[in-house]
Amino acid sequence: MSDLNLTGALGALNLNNLPTDEPAGSEESWQELMDDEQIRDVIIVGSGPAGYTAAIYAARAELKPLVFEGAITAGGALMNTTEVENYPGFPEAVMGPDLMANMRAQAERFGAQLVSDDIVKVDLTGDVKVVTDTEGNTYRAHAVILATGSGYRRLGIPEEDVYSGRGVSWCATCDGFFFRDKDIAVVGGGDSAAEEATFLTRFAKSVTLVHRRDALRASKIMAARVERDPKIVPAWNSQIVGMSGEKSLESLTLRDTRTGETRELPVQGLFEAIGHIPRSELLVGQVHLDENGYVLVEGDSTRTNLRGVFACGDLVDHTYRQAVTAAGSGCRAALDAERFLADLHDEAQPPVI
Amino acid sequence: MSDVTEVTDADFVDRVVMNPKPTLVDYWADWCAPCKQISPIIDELAREHGDRMDFVKLDTNTNPRTATEQGILALPTLQVFVGGRVVKSIQGARSKGALLKVLDEYL
Repeated sequence: MSDLNLTGALGALNLNNLPTDEPAGSEESWQELMDDEQIRDVIIVGSGPAGYTAAIYAARAELKPLVFEGAITAGGALMNTTEVENYPGFPEAVMGPDLMANMRAQAERFGAQLVSDDIVKVDLTGDVKVVTDTEGNTYRAHAVILATGSGYRRLGIPEEDVYSGRGVSWCATCDGFFFRDKDIAVVGGGDSAAEEATFLTRFAKSVTLVHRRDALRASKIMAARVERDPKIVPAWNSQIVGMSGEKSLESLTLRDTRTGETRELPVQGLFEAIGHIPRSELLVGQVHLDENGYVLVEGDSTRTNLRGVFACGDLVDHTYRQAVTAAGSGCRAALDAERFLADLHDEAQPPVI
Repeated sequence: MSDVTEVTDADFVDRVVMNPKPTLVDYWADWCAPCKQISPIIDELAREHGDRMDFVKLDTNTNPRTATEQGILALPTLQVFVGGRVVKSIQGARSKGALLKVLDEYL
């Protein structure tokens, strides 16, 4: 089991990864500005396809981005997946963790400075942005790119905490192995649920796919795969309202969403794939968020309400949520930040008479 | 100051259950990405606090008997054994600071 919601209260910081005090600008006036209290050009908070792509572009623009990858969430949501079949350029599919390792290596190759730590506090309202890591060290920059992604959504029923790690899991690749020849359930109706259900048939005796509607939202190819699989049994129009079991999960209580009737589904495992919630808790009160916690950006740019603060990936996107769209928005954030820094540079120049 | 060593189904009882020292067991598998992220943190804890506590890891893939006996259903799982009994069980990846807080009374 893993929990992407954990931002970590305290954490380790590898001091060897930290950048030196090298100046980042080439022109004198700019360099003075940069050297003042080590104000960097750009700090990227978060990794995953959005953060790493932003890092690749910012590094190639010679902005020497400092990237906080996350203490235990580095690589983002794709770290807990298997084959990614829809990332262009990989006709035979690519493993999620391999794809992320490659993006990371590509960012590092162009000079991005990667730190495996979390940011626990931000002050983004001023001209100079300040972020604080788990050890209380602060870092300053003119621009910040936010790419903290999202964490798993939970069902939100009281028994969930009791059986978390005792049959209830959010990571099929991590925990599927323990359910060999067991009857299990997957809850959800999107691509993630369909993918997890299909993956889990490798281990489980049966997989009941619990969904509150009467059809999947998943892409056609994934839905067809689920339909064809003899081990997967759908439980349509069903909502999980209870869990029971002595030492670990033994049964789910399902309620029919049309009739209200309840029934017991005996399963030893439940994998939840009911979507994600944006990890924007650090930004509350500074960056404008929508009612679901997603960061609001200006038009089709990555600009937030705060000058010099850009947001990309699943933190912003509640519609597409793909690895490739996250990478695309990471690219746009780096280009927006680069343009912003160039304008700032022009402002810092003495006027030409 | 010590390293994290591997325990197996064969020596789990001797090295963990019978160990007079508090022992942390890190259950992992090579397909578990969060396990890889927590592993260097356990290495650091072993180096810094190995005098008070033993740190071992168990590959659940090659040692399924112990994993089953211990009721492991999720990775990563960390268990703390004191006097032959599990006194703490932690599921899911945690940052070093969060682990230090949980393990504080044994370190």
